[in-house]
This record gives sequence, structure tokens and C-alpha cells, in this order.
Amino acid sequence: MRSFAYDAPATPQEALQLVNGRADARYLGGGTNLVDLMRLGVERPARLVDVSGVLADSVESTPEGGVRIGAAVRNSELAADSRVRRHYPVLSQGLLAGASGQLRNMATVGGNLLQRTRCLYFQDISKPCNKREPGSGCPARDGINRDLAILGVSEHCIATHPSDMAVALAALNAVVCVMDHDGERRVPLDDFYRLPGDDPSRDTTLASGDLITAVELPAPSALTEHSAYRKARDRASYAFAVGAVAAAVDVQDGQVRDVRIALGAVAHKPWRARVAEEALRGRPATAAEFESAITRELEAAEPTRDNAFKIPLAARLTVAVLSGLAGVEREDER
Amino acid sequence: MTPSRFPTTTSPPTYSDLTLTINGEPHDVRLDNRTSLLDALREHLGLTGSKKGCDHGQCGACTVLLDGRRVNSCLTLAVAVRGRSVVTVEGLVGDDGDLHPVQRAFVEHDGFQCGYCTPGQICSAIGMLGEADAGWPSAVTPPDDSGPQSSDELDANEVRERMSGNLCRCGAYANIVPAILDAAGSTR
Repeated sequence: MRSFAYDAPATPQEALQLVNGRADARYLGGGTNLVDLMRLGVERPARLVDVSGVLADSVESTPEGGVRIGAAVRNSELAADSRVRRHYPVLSQGLLAGASGQLRNMATVGGNLLQRTRCLYFQDISKPCNKREPGSGCPARDGINRDLAILGVSEHCIATHPSDMAVALAALNAVVCVMDHDGERRVPLDDFYRLPGDDPSRDTTLASGDLITAVELPAPSALTEHSAYRKARDRASYAFAVGAVAAAVDVQDGQVRDVRIALGAVAHKPWRARVAEEALRGRPATAAEFESAITRELEAAEPTRDNAFKIPLAARLTVAVLSGLAGVEREDER
Repeated sequence: MTPSRFPTTTSPPTYSDLTLTINGEPHDVRLDNRTSLLDALREHLGLTGSKKGCDHGQCGACTVLLDGRRVNSCLTLAVAVRGRSVVTVEGLVGDDGDLHPVQRAFVEHDGFQCGYCTPGQICSAIGMLGEADAGWPSAVTPPDDSGPQSSDELDANEVRERMSGNLCRCGAYANIVPAILDAAGSTR
């Protein structure tokens, strides 16, 4: 590991100042991903600026009726928050589906958003990776790619984003609050993440030195209160997803009034299934409609040799979650 | 931060002088900033109860209690826990010399084979029971209010899920889970 200077600033402004213009400086939250990547040699910062003590670590109600989640709130505390459990169950469930009890106690909300892909090639500095070393190539495309992306891929990168929390936040239309020297700006979660395109080195649209201060959720609604997260993984617990879905649906008189679907473990970012959502609005809430809509969404999939199974997996997870939320029977349960 | 008896340099120091509070005792140490809390405990303070398994936060053998919460000490930088309270397996025995109720339950239920994961299992179990007593849910807790409200309402399924961050290579789970269930409620 490269040696580094450590600073624990007293204010967010001081933190911005310490990182200002230094490409080799990193903010430190819980460290669960960053410290590991430093040990692997993937990250080699010369300076760590510990922001866990200067960012808000509480969940506050907003004047609009939603909540503002401080970036230093630990994942475990957010999952247990009574407002989150009641009004945004998909978020509590998504958080609890991720990592272990110990890691959730360490991991911050800001850090969770910024965790890096678990693509094996990204994490192995003895191999090329366009995300880690731009222009070096992507051995995953023809290599070990069972766990990698099927949607929004590019010829340069097929990495997936590993966060469960971020998938839930995508379904909740969360807004990321970001601070720079000019003040705070608000970035919708869907615009916060980016697809790899020809620059996989960047996971997000953040500029160098930007500091995440909070995540805001809009006021709860019939939609957010009927939301759920479901994750498929290779073990019963404590494993990254091979497929996941965060969904919310508002059904009235048997019709889908509104719906949100975000897929995890299928793309470089939490994948909002907008094609499926559009197809479902105003339609009867039935398993067949859910299946037809998500199938349309997944027509865009570009699987590799080993991950085509993710297409039916994502479809079945989506149909199961929507059917459960809408209280309708699934075809395969009849 | 820069000690005055050292020559000042243009680049900031990559080591820190700090006080670590371990099991209630303050320890003044000078550490390379790269030092994990686990290495500080084992290599600098002679507290070898916390174990290094994977050193990547995957096995849980290094679990300690930080301000009462269980964390992986291998992914925690020692310099980042300045001013906070760390409890390791060495700090669990009471002033009267009695084992902690979770330790006693592990002995009574033979909740180990080789013992390497045991300090982490025990610290994790203590933290986990506290989380359950605070009403924290897990991934297997029903979304309605029917789940456990305290640690003595946990069942084996809940314990397995909540302890999934602690691996036992010997596979002693069959006795670890009953040990934890037995100790549940005793730590409040």
C-alpha cells in the first residue's frame, strides 16, 4: 500500500479545501471498499480526508415531507430508521440485503454510492482493465463474465455497479446532494451514475473534489409505501447480487396507476426500467402484463457468453416483486 | 499533527501520534497511517485475541466493538478511531473475572472447533444482540411489525442471517447458533 497523509477536517468546507485539485486525494467514509482497494493496489491515494466526522449522520424530515439522509449515516442505522421502514420499505430491504452486519455498521451512505465494481479484472492489478487503467483493454468481455452487465454495456467495459442501496434509491427517485466550492447542488440519482461508454474510468458524473453531503427522498406516497427489494445471489446471505430488483407500484381498481422498477447487477448503474414502467401505466395489474412489460425492457440486453441467464432472472424477479406488491397471482403459482 | 522535534517537510506526515482506547485503557502509539486497527491491536499492543483471517472484511475473524457497534477491524484504519472506544475479546471478562454471558454460552454449547473464528464470533454476537435489542431488522425480518423486537425474540433463522458476516471454516455453526440463542436476552 502506498503511504498516505491522513486528515480529519472539522468542516465540509475544510474537507473540500484539503482535496481541492489533488487527483491523488480521496475522501474516507467507512472505508469498507476504499481501504480494501488500497490493500489490493487498485486505489493508491497519497492523502485521505476523513469526512465521516464532518457530514451529517442523521435522518431529518424535509419541509416537503420527505427525508434528508446525511451522507455519514451508517447503512445499518438507515435500514433501521422507522420512517424508512414504514414509508420507503424498498430502501430498508435493499440495505439489509447488502454486505454483513459489521460492514453495514461501518459503511456510510455517501461511500455506498461511490463503491466500485466488483468485476474480478478491475480488482486484479496484474490484469488489464479499462476502468482501472484506461486504454488497457477489457479482458472481461471474453473472460470470466458471468456476474457482469447485460444492459447499457460498451465495448470498453461490462462492469456492474455492486450497490443494493443505490438500486433502491433509483426506484425512489432519490436526489444526491453534492457540495463543491460554489455551494450545494442536487443531482437526481439517475443522472448521478453514468454508463461506461468510451470512458469506463468514471462511475459517476461527479467532478474531482465533489463531496456528497446527503441523499434526499421525495415525500412518501402510495407508490413508495408499496415498494420492495428482492435479490438473487449465490449464497443465502452475504454475497453480491447476480440479479436484483427494486420496485414500487400503486394499483387502484386493478389498474397500474404508477410504477417504478430499478434493476441491480445488470448494468454499470442501477437500471431504471423506463420502457417497462411506461408500458405498465394504465394497464391491468396482472402477472402477464408485468411479464410482457419487463420482457420488452430486456429486449435491449446484450449478454455475454456466460451471463444470458440474467435476462430471465431479472424478468422473473421483477414479475415476482410486482405481483407480490400488487397482490396478484403469478402464472407459475396457479 | 507534525511533532515539533521532527524536521518539518513540505509533504504532510504519513504517520500519526494518537491515543487508542482499548478495553477502557488509553494507549499512546505512533503508527504508520496505513496500519489497520487489527494490526495495531495485534502487532503494536500485543492484543492477539482479534484474529486476521482474510484481511478483506469477508470472514469476520477480526470483529471488534467500536463505540459498542461491531465492525471489521481489518478494514478500519487505526488513525480513524482516535478518541473512540474499542472493545476486543480481551475486554469482555467482567471485573469479577467472570466470562461474558456470550462467552459462557459458547463454552457450554461447544460453539467452536479450532477456535480461530471464535473471538470474532463472540464480539459479533454481542454487537448483534445489541442491535436486536434496539429493534433493528434483518434481511429475514418480515416487513410488517411482526419481527423480533428484542434479542430474546430472535430465532435460529434470524441469528444465521445476522451472523452471516462471521465465517467458521470448521463449520461449527450447529453449536454457534444455539449458543447465541441461549445468550440472547442476557446482554441487555
